[in-house]
Amino acid sequence: MAHAAHAHDPHKYYIPHGSTLPFFGSVALLVLMIGAALFLSHVTGGGWVLIAGLALLFTLFYRWFGTVIAENQAGIYNMQVDRSFRMGMMWFIFSEVMFFAAFFGALFYARQLSLPWLGGDGAKGVTALLHPGFEGIWPFGGSGPDRLGPNAGGEFEVMHAWGLPAINTALLLTSGVTLTIAHHALKDGKRGILNLFLALTFILGFTFLGVQAYEYHHAWTELGLQLGTGVYGSTFFMLTGFHGLHVTVGAIMLLIIWFRCLRGHFTPERHFAFEGVAWYWHFVDVVWLGLFVFVYWL
Amino acid sequence: MAHHEHTADHAHHDDKPQGITRWLTTTNHKDIGTMYLVFSLAMFLIGGLFAMVIRAELFQPGLQFVDPGFFNQMTTMHALVMVFGAVMPATVGLANWMIPMQIGAPDMALPRMNLFSFWLLFFAFMLLLSTLFLPGGAPASGWTLYPPLVLQTGNAFPVAVFAIHLMGASSIMGSINVIVTIMNMRAPGMSLLKMPLFSWSWLITAYLLIAVMPVLAGGVTMLLTDHFFATSFFNPAGGGDPVLFQHVFWFFGHPEVYIMILPAFGIVSEILQTFSRKPIFGYEAMVYAIASIAFLSFIVWAHHMFTVGMPLAGQMFFTLSTMLIAIPTGVKVFNWTATMWRGSISFEPPMLFAIAFLFLFTIGGFSGLMLAIAPADFQYHDTYFVVAHFHYVLVPGAVFAIMAAVYYWLPKWTGHMYDMKLANFHFWMSTIFVNVLFFPQHFLGLAGMPRRIPDYATQFADWNMVSSIGGFGFGLSQLLFVYIIIKAARGGQKATAEVWDNPPGLEWTVPSPAPYHTFDTAPEVK
Repeated sequence: MAHAAHAHDPHKYYIPHGSTLPFFGSVALLVLMIGAALFLSHVTGGGWVLIAGLALLFTLFYRWFGTVIAENQAGIYNMQVDRSFRMGMMWFIFSEVMFFAAFFGALFYARQLSLPWLGGDGAKGVTALLHPGFEGIWPFGGSGPDRLGPNAGGEFEVMHAWGLPAINTALLLTSGVTLTIAHHALKDGKRGILNLFLALTFILGFTFLGVQAYEYHHAWTELGLQLGTGVYGSTFFMLTGFHGLHVTVGAIMLLIIWFRCLRGHFTPERHFAFEGVAWYWHFVDVVWLGLFVFVYWL
Repeated sequence: MAHHEHTADHAHHDDKPQGITRWLTTTNHKDIGTMYLVFSLAMFLIGGLFAMVIRAELFQPGLQFVDPGFFNQMTTMHALVMVFGAVMPATVGLANWMIPMQIGAPDMALPRMNLFSFWLLFFAFMLLLSTLFLPGGAPASGWTLYPPLVLQTGNAFPVAVFAIHLMGASSIMGSINVIVTIMNMRAPGMSLLKMPLFSWSWLITAYLLIAVMPVLAGGVTMLLTDHFFATSFFNPAGGGDPVLFQHVFWFFGHPEVYIMILPAFGIVSEILQTFSRKPIFGYEAMVYAIASIAFLSFIVWAHHMFTVGMPLAGQMFFTLSTMLIAIPTGVKVFNWTATMWRGSISFEPPMLFAIAFLFLFTIGGFSGLMLAIAPADFQYHDTYFVVAHFHYVLVPGAVFAIMAAVYYWLPKWTGHMYDMKLANFHFWMSTIFVNVLFFPQHFLGLAGMPRRIPDYATQFADWNMVSSIGGFGFGLSQLLFVYIIIKAARGGQKATAEVWDNPPGLEWTVPSPAPYHTFDTAPEVK
C-alpha cells in the first residue's frame, strides 16, 4: 500500500503495516511448549501436540521469511532497514554466544572446581571421610570403583580428539573458507563461483552432521558414553548436541540462500541475508573450535 | 514542525483495524507499549494477590489459611510474576512508548518482532499461571529454582521451565529491538550524548538482558535434562554440584536486578529535571554511572550465595566488587540531589514518587551494602532482612519509579489530565503503607526470622502483624491507582502538548495524545 511511496523517498521513514505473523508465531511456540511438556510428562498424545507445534513453527518460518524476502525483492527496504537487520542479527548471535557460555561455564566449573572438591580438595574436603578412596579425576562418568551414586552408567571411554572430531574440525574450517570464497564471488558478480562454493559449503555442513551422527552412535553404543555418564557425559552431549543443532539450522539457512542465489537474488552491494547466514556459520565454526579444544582435546 | 505533516498524512496512516484484530496484528509501538503496560498492571494485581495470601498467613503465628506447600507456591509465584510479569514488562512498555518519541524515530526498528515479543510474553504467563492448577501445584522452590528442591516439583516442572524459555526469548527479542532502535533510528542531530537519560538507561538495560537471559535459559535447560534425561550437572553422584546452578542462576540474577532498576534510574532522572526546572546535574556522569553499574553487575553474583561455602578469595572478591557498586550509585544519588538543589521545585504526583524513590531506594541501597559484607551476610542470609532489602529497592524503588513514569506520561498517552488530588492521595497511602509493610521486616530479619516460612516463633508476632497491616494497606491503595488510570483513559481535562512546565525531551513537542505515528520524517534536533 503505502510501501511503494516510502521506498523511493529516502527522507521518509519505512513503517510496516499490521501483521498476523507474530501472533501466529506465539501460538506456534505455545503449542510447541505445551507439547514438549506433555511429552516429557508421559501424557498420551503429548507427542502429537509436540509435532503439531513443530509443524506450526516451520509454517511460521516459511511465512515470515517468505514475507520478508518478498518485501525485500520488491525493493521496499531502504538502507536504514538494512542496517536494522544487520544489527539485529549481530546481537542475536551475541545472545547465542552467551547461551553457549552457560554450558562452557558448567564444563569449566565441573572440571576445575566441583570435581576436585568432591575428591577432597579445598576446605570442604568431607568426601575423604564419606567416600574413602574416591578420586575426582576428569573425565568423570560417575562409574567404576569411584562410583558415587546410582544414576551412573557402567564403564565408558572418552571420545578422542584426533579421530572423528579432528575430521569434523577440518570439515567445518574448510566450509568457512568455501563460504568466504562464495562471498567474494558474490561481491565480484561471479555467480557461477558463488553457486558452486555455496553448494560446497552446505554439503560440508551436512557431512559434518553425518559424521557427528556416526560419532554419537559410536559413543552411545560402543564407548558406553551416554547422557547419563556422569558430568562428563552431560557436558559432552549437551555442548556438542546444542552445537550440532546450530549446525543443522545454519546448514538449512545455507541451503535456502543457495536456492535464492540460483534464482538470482542478491546484488554485489546488498545481500544482507547472505551475510547474516555467513556470520551465523562463522559463529558456529568458532564455537566448534572451543568444543574441540575444551571438550575433546584437553 | 512534525505536527503539520501529520494532519495531512493522518487519514491514511491511522487506518488501523478496530476491535481485537488491532491488538493481535498491530506493529505500532504505542499500541504494543499500551499492551505491555496493561499486561504489567494485570500481573501487578495478580502478583499482589499472591502477596496478600502470604501476608494473611503471616498475620499471626500458626497455620491459619493455607498449607505450607501452597504457601511456598505463593512465595515462588509472587516473585516470578512480579519480576518477569510486572516490573520488566512495565519498563518494556515504557520503552516502547517513549524511546521512539524521545529519539525522534517513527517506531521501533523491528516492529513485527516487537509484537512477537509481547505475545510470547503473554503466552509464557498463561503457561506459568496454569501451573497453579496442575497436579502437584505450581513450583514451590522459590523463584531462584535451586536444585535439588526444584526437581521435586510435580507436573508443573517442565511447564515452568518452558515458560521461562518463552519469557527469555521475548526479552531477548525486545532488547535487540531497543538496541537497534537506539543505534539506528535516532533523528539527525540526536547524538548519543544528547539522548534523554531514560533512553540511555534502557540502552544499557538491553545489553544486560541480551547477555544474561541466554544464561538463564542454559541454566533451566540443565535443570530440565537433569530431571528428564539423566544428566548430572547438579548431581554430585555424577560429579556435578547443585552450587553450580546457583552460580549460573545468579550470573543471570544479579544483572537481572539492574535490569529492573536501571530504567527506574532513567525515569527518575527525567522527572527530577522537569519538576526542579533545572537540567540534570552531571548528565555525562549519569550516563557513565549507569554503564559502570551495568559492568559491575556481571562480577558480583556470588554475593547472593556467601553461605554455600566458597574459597576465602572468592568471598573477598565478591564482597569488594559489590562494595564498588556503591560508587556509581552514589554518583547518581548525589547528582539527583544536586539536580533539585536550588531548583524551583513543585510537587506534582510524578515528583512526589520520584522523591520518595530517592529516599527509599537509598535505604535499600544501604542495606545492600550491609549484605555485601560476607561475614555479616552469614547472619543475614535467608532472613527477613534480605526480604526487606530487596523489597525496598524493588517496591519503593522500581515500582515507585514506574508509577512516577505513569503519572508523568499518562497525559501524553491519553490526552487527558488525571485526577491530581486522588493521585496525591494514592502517593501518600502507598508511601506510608510501603514503609509500614517493609521497614519492620528489617527488625524481624535481624532478630533471626527466616524467609519463606508459613509459620514462625511467637517472638516475631508483633512486627509480622504490623507488616501485614502495611501489606493490606499497600495492596488496597493500588486499586486507587487502577481507578485513576481508567478514569484518565476515559476522559478528563484536555492535556496540552507540553503537559508540564517546559519539560525536556522531544516527546513534549508532539500533541497529547501523541499521534498514532509520531514522526513521519525525521524531526530536527539542535
